[in-house]
Amino acid sequence: MAITRKQIMSVFILLVCVAGLVFSAFAEEKLKVGFVYVSPVGDAGWTYQHDLGRLELEKKLGDKIVTKYIDSVPEGPEAERVIRDLAKNGHGLIFTTSFGYMNPTLKVAKMFPKISFEHSTGYKTAKNVGTYMCRFYEARYLTGIVAGEMTKSNTLGYIAAFPIPEVIRGINAFTLGAKSVNPDVEVKVIWVNSWFDPGKEREASEALITQGADVITHHTDSTAPIMTAEEKGVYSIAYHSDMSKYGPKSHLTAATHVYGDFYVKTTQTVLDGTWKSDTVWSGIKEGSIELAPINPAVPADVVAHVEAVTKGIAEGSLHPFRGPIKDQSGKVVVETGKSLSDDDLLAMNYYVEGVLGKIPK
Amino acid sequence: MFFKIEARPEPSKAMKYFSPLVAALLMLFSGLIIFSLLGKDSIEAFYAFFIEPVNDLYGIGELFIKAAPLMLIGTGLAVGFRASIWNIGAEGQLAIGALFGGYIAIVFNDNSGFFILPLMIVAGAVGGLLWASIPAFLRTVFNANEILVSLMLNYVAILLLGLLVHGPLKDPDGYGFPQSVLFSDSALLPILMEGTRFHLGVLIAVVGVIVGWVLLQKSFTGYQIQVAGLAKNAASYAGFKYKKLIWIGLLSGGTAAGIAGVLEISGPIGQLLPTVSPGYGYAAIIVAFVGRLHPGGILLSSLLMALLYLGGESGQMNLDLPAAVTGVFQGLLLFYLLATDFLIDYRVCFSGFRKEAI
Repeated sequence: MAITRKQIMSVFILLVCVAGLVFSAFAEEKLKVGFVYVSPVGDAGWTYQHDLGRLELEKKLGDKIVTKYIDSVPEGPEAERVIRDLAKNGHGLIFTTSFGYMNPTLKVAKMFPKISFEHSTGYKTAKNVGTYMCRFYEARYLTGIVAGEMTKSNTLGYIAAFPIPEVIRGINAFTLGAKSVNPDVEVKVIWVNSWFDPGKEREASEALITQGADVITHHTDSTAPIMTAEEKGVYSIAYHSDMSKYGPKSHLTAATHVYGDFYVKTTQTVLDGTWKSDTVWSGIKEGSIELAPINPAVPADVVAHVEAVTKGIAEGSLHPFRGPIKDQSGKVVVETGKSLSDDDLLAMNYYVEGVLGKIPK
Repeated sequence: MFFKIEARPEPSKAMKYFSPLVAALLMLFSGLIIFSLLGKDSIEAFYAFFIEPVNDLYGIGELFIKAAPLMLIGTGLAVGFRASIWNIGAEGQLAIGALFGGYIAIVFNDNSGFFILPLMIVAGAVGGLLWASIPAFLRTVFNANEILVSLMLNYVAILLLGLLVHGPLKDPDGYGFPQSVLFSDSALLPILMEGTRFHLGVLIAVVGVIVGWVLLQKSFTGYQIQVAGLAKNAASYAGFKYKKLIWIGLLSGGTAAGIAGVLEISGPIGQLLPTVSPGYGYAAIIVAFVGRLHPGGILLSSLLMALLYLGGESGQMNLDLPAAVTGVFQGLLLFYLLATDFLIDYRVCFSGFRKEAI
């Protein structure tokens, strides 16, 4: 009997679905602290930053706690089971580190009222659920200054994931930073509709460079934009982690977030029995936001200016969203001398002047 | 050549049904080797992976809610696969089903009534059916390859769902985050076992499997499908309309996937999200084949597949096994299944150093 077409087809189909799956598709008295990650830890990116925080927590409080992480947990019903399992296995404090874990975290928290939960980047809290997030936009503003100074074409490229306020805030802060030193700058945005998709991020980077962008940055998770910029000989600014090893020449700096302090402090309050549900939004002042080392290609006076602005933001004398700020139509959205409130920042759904294109609806 | 492969004169009928079992046992055995290579006590790892996840009522509930969409979609797909109609688009059909059902839930969010849930399920079924009718239409009218069309439509469907959840279906009070309002109680499937997430949808999925069984094993249409899959020409000589079978094959998969989408959003998720499935539409294809395209087998293989998912999490939690172990197990299972299937029809003859007669 020869191998029939049907058999070949079934092998082919099985291969297709395996590929599809892959792509769609990681001391008795001690306090157990659980972490839920949305992706594998890897060596750069969102989850990597959280894991650095976890490692610091282990280093500082390792004699009083043990940590455990579950990675590659999809947002949705899977998350609820994983969080519940952590709670059931005696974890006294659980950090859930992705926006999509918000409702699952709240559901599990209701079942385990004695356990403390901390959810990152969400907006719902409960008696035993706090939230924490970094003021990513502060670092975006600083990197915008670097980009505005280094561009020759006055066109900056921005690869963005999803049109939610957090991402839009980053684009606006970056643009305002760039325009503060170079009023002629324009920012082109490409949405890739994914938090992590090296292929699409690479394509978007190439498209932006073809359209004249000579500094590109990204609000996605992979190192592809940095690597593409390195190949094409333009500058890049990374997000989440220092990605300079992926683009020694192109990588100007990176907007990074640091969780070690927060994890140590929060865990300490749980150990002390003083933990309370809270909404933490911390930035440069608290050491939660940092710039990666700036590339020597950036002139010293620019570095000095960035440092001065950093200090200003930390002291509160400077706010990235200080008026006058105009939206794309030229309408003043923040009056001179005023700064946007946290509530307005959290709900931001418009582009400022200087960003090209429209927010996808 | 030390060995040659030759066709068996008479493939064993019994082994056709036993080979998935053999494959599963080989998978377990290889798993034990992998565990010990990773430096874990293999018995302990085995326990963590396959027993721990289901050693309490909650775990059993989880097993079933994970298996429910797989068995439902797998059965729907099997109808087409038996007739050699290859619907790879269940993932997209699931997304459209969830979109249709979720739309009903959002529209009636301020109402309560027993009609909402049935309406959602019907809407989901219609959504999946409509989406699957695109490849069916293109195949029957233009002879376009349904594998490619249905596969490509997955991306279209998932993007469409994402677009609408980012836009008109977004929760107006949700700070612009891409997710719908939480559904009201009338749009949620009731929990059947206190303290678990075992919901009515699991029973609906089982009913779907039974319907599939009647259709495939007990109806004349099922017989036609069988004949068409085995010998297309014989089917047309017998006067069976192949085009009709194409429609039935694709639409049954689409309908099942659409209903599965609604069961997900009205069950464990409870709202509409940009992604509603962690790849159930693809996994169900594996489930269908491991289950021998027979609803009874699919029921069992969906439970096995679900256990592999849960085991991966449990292994990570208890033994620090890497999350990728789940993927390794799935790959092993498929590999052994293909290998055992091959050996049903063929045998390896060791010829040693004898001279080959060419």
